[in-house]
Order: sequence, then C-alpha cells, then structure tokens
Amino acid sequence: MSYRLTHLKALEAESIHIIREVAAEFRNPVMLYSIGKDSSVMVRLAEKAFAPGRVPFPLMHIDSKWKFREMIEFRDRYVREQGWRLIVEYNRQAYEQGVGPFTHGSKVHTDLMKTQALLDALRQYGFDAAFGGARRDEERSRAKERIFSFRDAFQRWEPKNQRPELWDIYNTRIGEGESIRVFPLSNWTELDIWQYIRLEQIPVVPLYFAKRRKVVELNGNLILVDDERMPDEMRRRAQWRVVRFRTLGCYPLTGAVESSADTVEKIIEEMMATTRSERTTRVIDFDQEASMEQKKRDGYF
Amino acid sequence: MEVATIDEFLERDERKELLRLLTAGSVDDGKSTLIGRLLYDSKRLYEDQLQALERDSRRVGSAGEHIDYALLCDGLRAEREQGITIDVAYRYFSTNKRKFIIADTPGHEQYTRNMITGGSTANLAIILVDACRGVVTQTLRHSYIVSLLGIRHVVLAVNKMDLVDYSRERFESIVTQYRTWMDTQESHIDDLCCIPLSALEGENVVERSASMAWYDGPSLMEHLESVLIVNDTNLGAFRLPVQYVLRPDHTFRGFAAKIASGIVRQGDEVVALPSGRKSRIRDIVTYDGSLAEAFAPQSVVVTLEDEIDLSRGEMLVHVGDMPSVGHRIRAMVVWMDEQPLDRAKLFYLKHTTRETRARIISIHYRVDINRAERVATSSVRLNEIVELSIETTAPLMFDSYDHNRSTGAFILIDPMSNYTSAVGMIVGEDAPSCELSQRAVSLAEMGFVGEARSVVERFCKELRLRYGIDIELRG
Repeated sequence: MSYRLTHLKALEAESIHIIREVAAEFRNPVMLYSIGKDSSVMVRLAEKAFAPGRVPFPLMHIDSKWKFREMIEFRDRYVREQGWRLIVEYNRQAYEQGVGPFTHGSKVHTDLMKTQALLDALRQYGFDAAFGGARRDEERSRAKERIFSFRDAFQRWEPKNQRPELWDIYNTRIGEGESIRVFPLSNWTELDIWQYIRLEQIPVVPLYFAKRRKVVELNGNLILVDDERMPDEMRRRAQWRVVRFRTLGCYPLTGAVESSADTVEKIIEEMMATTRSERTTRVIDFDQEASMEQKKRDGYF
Repeated sequence: MEVATIDEFLERDERKELLRLLTAGSVDDGKSTLIGRLLYDSKRLYEDQLQALERDSRRVGSAGEHIDYALLCDGLRAEREQGITIDVAYRYFSTNKRKFIIADTPGHEQYTRNMITGGSTANLAIILVDACRGVVTQTLRHSYIVSLLGIRHVVLAVNKMDLVDYSRERFESIVTQYRTWMDTQESHIDDLCCIPLSALEGENVVERSASMAWYDGPSLMEHLESVLIVNDTNLGAFRLPVQYVLRPDHTFRGFAAKIASGIVRQGDEVVALPSGRKSRIRDIVTYDGSLAEAFAPQSVVVTLEDEIDLSRGEMLVHVGDMPSVGHRIRAMVVWMDEQPLDRAKLFYLKHTTRETRARIISIHYRVDINRAERVATSSVRLNEIVELSIETTAPLMFDSYDHNRSTGAFILIDPMSNYTSAVGMIVGEDAPSCELSQRAVSLAEMGFVGEARSVVERFCKELRLRYGIDIELRG
C-alpha cells in the first residue's frame, strides 16, 4: 500500500475535517444549499463526514423565486430521496411586490431576493455558522477569503481585517450575534468538482448537460425561456439551440453556453479545452466595479 | 489532448500529487507578476480573463507596454487603489505533472501575519529577491519565517535579471549573500534551489532562458514539477485527536478524526490520552466502507474494542509511542494582533481539537531576525517572534513542532476580541520556572522550625540539584 492520497482524496479529507469541526464547535449550524454542482458535492461530503450517522444540521435553500424550474424539481426529489431536513426561505415582502430581474434589474433583485433574504433567514433561525459552497478559484475576491470567515453582528465581511488562519486549526470563537461563514470547498477547482462528481457518481441538475433548449440572446448571454414571466418581446426572439449551463442561479441572470457535452466525461473534456471562465455566464458579477467584493461586504455569499 | 480518451486522462489526472506553495518577497519584487506569469505561461488563463487583463493593463497597469500580470492577483479594491497586495490570495493551476495551490502573500511588514497564514500549509516557498536590490531585510525576515514554519523546500528566485543585463556575477553574489546568512541560522530549510529569472520577460519561469546560457539549472516550473515532496507527510508516530463523537444509535460509538500523523490498523493497541486507558482498534469506518488501515491526513471514524470514556479534545496514540503530556510548554510564538501581549489575560489556546485556557508565564527572548540574535524583552507586539513559556488549564498532548507539524502547533485567541492573537510552534516541555529563583521565603515565619526546617532545606537542595530551582531560605 502506498501511503499517499490522491489529489481528490486529499481535498475530501480536508473538507470532511472542516465540516466536522463546525458540527463540534457551533450551537446551531446550517448548510446553505444552492442546488448547484458545488452544493451537491458539499452535501455528499457532509454525508461522508458523519457516516454511519446522520448529518446533524439542516440544509437551507434561499429561494429567489427566479430559479430554473428544473432546479426546484431536482431539489425536491433529491431531498425526499435522501431524507434531508430542508428549510426553504424567501423574501416575502419583495416577492409580493413583484421584485424580479426583468423589472428591477439584477442589482436590486440580487440585493433583495438573495442577500436580504439570506440575512433575514440567518437571523430568524439564529444560525451561528453557515456553510457555503464557494470556491477560491471562482472569483478574485473569493481567492482571498478564509475557510472560516468571520461575520460581525451585521453579517458583514471585512476583507482587510480577517483572522489569521493557520494549519488546520480554526478559530471558531464568536460573540453574541456574530457568526461564521464556512467554505469547505475553498481549495477545490471547477475541474476537481466535476472529477469528484464522476468518481462518486453524485447526481446533479440536468441543466448542466447539453440538450436542445429554447433560449434568447440578451447582451451576449443565452437566457433560457423558463417561464411566462419573461417579457413577450424577448420571448418572441427565442431560438432552439443545443446548450448547457456551467453554473446555475436565477434563470434570467444565468447564461447558457453552446455545447454538446451531455455526460460528465464530455463536460470535463470540454472544460479542458474551454477558453471562457466559469463566471462569465453570471450577469451579477459585472453589474458594478469590484462587484462581487461589494456584495460580499454586504453579506452575500 | 495527447491521451486517447477522457477516461485515460482522468485516470492519470487523478494520480497527480498536490504541491502547496508560498510566495514571499518585498514590495515590488514582482511576486504577483511572477504568479500571473506562471498562470499565463501554463495556459491556465481563460480568454475573458485575458481580455480583462489587457483592458486593465492599458487603464491602470504599471508595466508600461507589457501586460501587467500582477493585475490578475490583485483582487481586492483597496489593493488595486494602492497598487499593493494586502492579503493572502490563493491560486490554483495544474500542469501535466502536478496540481498546485499557490498562496500569494504580501511583502509589507505590517502584513507578516498574512504570510504566516499562507505559509502554514505550504510544502515549498518561493522567496523573491529583486536582482537590483539584492537580499534585503524583508528577504531575511521571510526566510526566517519559512524556516520557523518548517517549510523544508525553498526556491530563491532572483527576479528582474533583465534589469541587470542578465549578469551572472550579480546573481552569484546575491546567492552567496543569502547562503552566508543561512549559515548563521539554525535553519530547517534543507533543500535550497536558486534560480535567476525575469517574470516580466518570462525568462526561466516556464521556458529556460536564452539570455542566461551560463545558468544550467531548471526553470522555476521545471523545478516545481519535479521537486520531491513525498516525504513531507508525517507517517511517523500515530496521533488521532478526537474531533467528534458519533453516536447514531446505542450500538455504535465511533470517534471521528483527521489522523494528525502516522498509520493505524485494525487491531492496533491504543491508549487514550490524557486518561491513559487502553483498548484496541476494532474498526476504521468510512462512508465508503471499512478500512484495514488508514494514514495521515485521512479523515476517518474509529471504533474501539472497549467502552472507554473518550471525547473531543482527547487523543488516541499507539502504546509505546507517546507524545508529551503536560500543562507547561515552551514555544516559538508569532504575535498576530494589533493589541500587544497582555500577560494578565487568560487566553484560549487551541491545539489539535483541544481548546483550553492559557496564561503566558514568561517571555524568554525576542528574535531579532535582521541580526539573527536573541534579544531580551518584556513586551510582545505585532509581527514579533518570541519564545514563551505557557501554562494551560487542561493538559496538552503534544510533540515538538520540529517532529510533528500537527501536534506541535497551536493558536492563542484573545478572550475579549476573539481575534487570533498569536500562533505558536512548540519547542518542548517547559522546565519549572526559573522565576522562583528570585523569591525568598522565611521558614520561621511559615512555622518551619527544628526537624521540619531541615526537611525543607533538604527538599530545596534537591530542587536545586535536579531542576536548577534556587530558593533562598531565610531565618
């Protein structure tokens, strides 16, 4: 036997250690579940961390009410089959006022339906630790975030004054009202995620796989016609194309890529040859200068 | 792709090793440029990132007509405004041979704590030197920290060789200067590789340089892809710090942990610390089934043959290969907090999975890195490195950091702010304090006379002979 872990097994061991540390040290943790591929991997790692026992914390999905329909179907089926405890929350007030990306723009929509909804839910349940599936290779400001990322009583991230983080010893001490965001996938790359999904045969939302879908071209992004809330003048321009999604979010804010990759292997193969990075299909990263950093300071994941 | 099928590629890719590396240097030595160059030349940049890079280079870049590779790494707004790197940034890339995680750390003295953060998990450190300026104070400070953190592989990257006409003499004089300094240190660096390069021009970064034919060593990338790191995993003494007790039902009681070091097999005789109770490993459980053996740094669950009391913060080790167990340690400590050390504070000390309270008993010396000297001190401020004696409320099960990076490391947390005030590397057990030597006791006042007095005198003599503790007896 060779006493050496492969790259993926080393990442897995690190993530399991992080997840257990939170369960051991916090009173009331929650795992944010976004239904995407990273969340699917994170949930599997949580199952691994506590096997043969059950995961000792719930999942929570912040529903912006504009997610792809297939995401919600996948979520409900997956949660039922796996027997997970799932909390679903959304910003009722903004929802009733009809807030959405087509009418209010991506900035207002994201702020109210995602950031506000998340902060309200964390406060309402009194969660003191929240797992997120963010990876450091996704975006420039995320590359600088700690694995255990401290949030003050207003849920804000202060990039200039982060706690030093050494070895695998995590400072989990917080004061009243404060909390920690924890990123067990910090050191995973997009390729690692897909390789792990393949190795572990983890189910993911079918939108990741190429299929003939009805899309509209909007500012260079291919937007799926997912429901009747898309304005008529846009829908009229819709075309059938063979596309898939590299990331999943709110359907009007998430562009598809033209691709014929309909298996995990083909996705990996495509990724090896790809020339566009993952987040280019995310509209919200481009809506203001240093935009992700600003959102994170405001409390967004 | 050079392999026949995606499956073949995945099989091969999965066997790759992971190398974690740290970059350190002074401001303007070109660290970010070098990392940008590694990403650029290893074709790890996407088209849209390249477009953004070219656009930003024209707008705010400081590399003249060149692409400003540093802009790739300077992620935070404050950094872009000031043109400096203020926190550790992690970068990921892979080549056909290895996967890499780079921690890019800042050169400013006030941010040394970030370099420590970036370096604690690194296998290798790249220390940058500007060929024009040579070895400067920051170079020595960073090298000292690299050695202190137990990073055994170091690359001295002499950058900006293009600005000194690729001069061999200049390179060699810098290397000599550096090695001379290293010789004065008790350094843990046992593998030093010195490479002349130009990050801006891409000389000796990935491709070997045509401008420096006199240099016959590897390019930086060649070295990173081939340096031997297999021995860095600690497979010595078995240490399993219990992280979480799993009790899904009354029939199962498992101890979840990441193996800190060593190898464990079913049937091994183990001892629980600090209780000292013995048992045997019944099973090593994972989601993917039982394992006959497991090794560091795997995260597993072990079950024992006997129902012994064992909880988070305690440790399983092999009988006959025990760590030290005690309340007092000597440690090298790097102060990370704007608030100087307040010796009246009862800190939280986190070591493996154990958290206890700790008091600083004495400050032995501060290290003056620039002059490689130990200096007497009574205060400890941000970025200072000191040797301390620390006393803990609960006993620690520890090894020296030299022997075991996992069981020899700890952090100190401020009880008021909850900030990580300091990080420590254990040197060893602390002999009882010498501060006692300054104390005098009056036996008569304490009621010791006659026979009792001579017993106390004999006891004090023993203390002096055995432990070097001097107690002055009066009256």
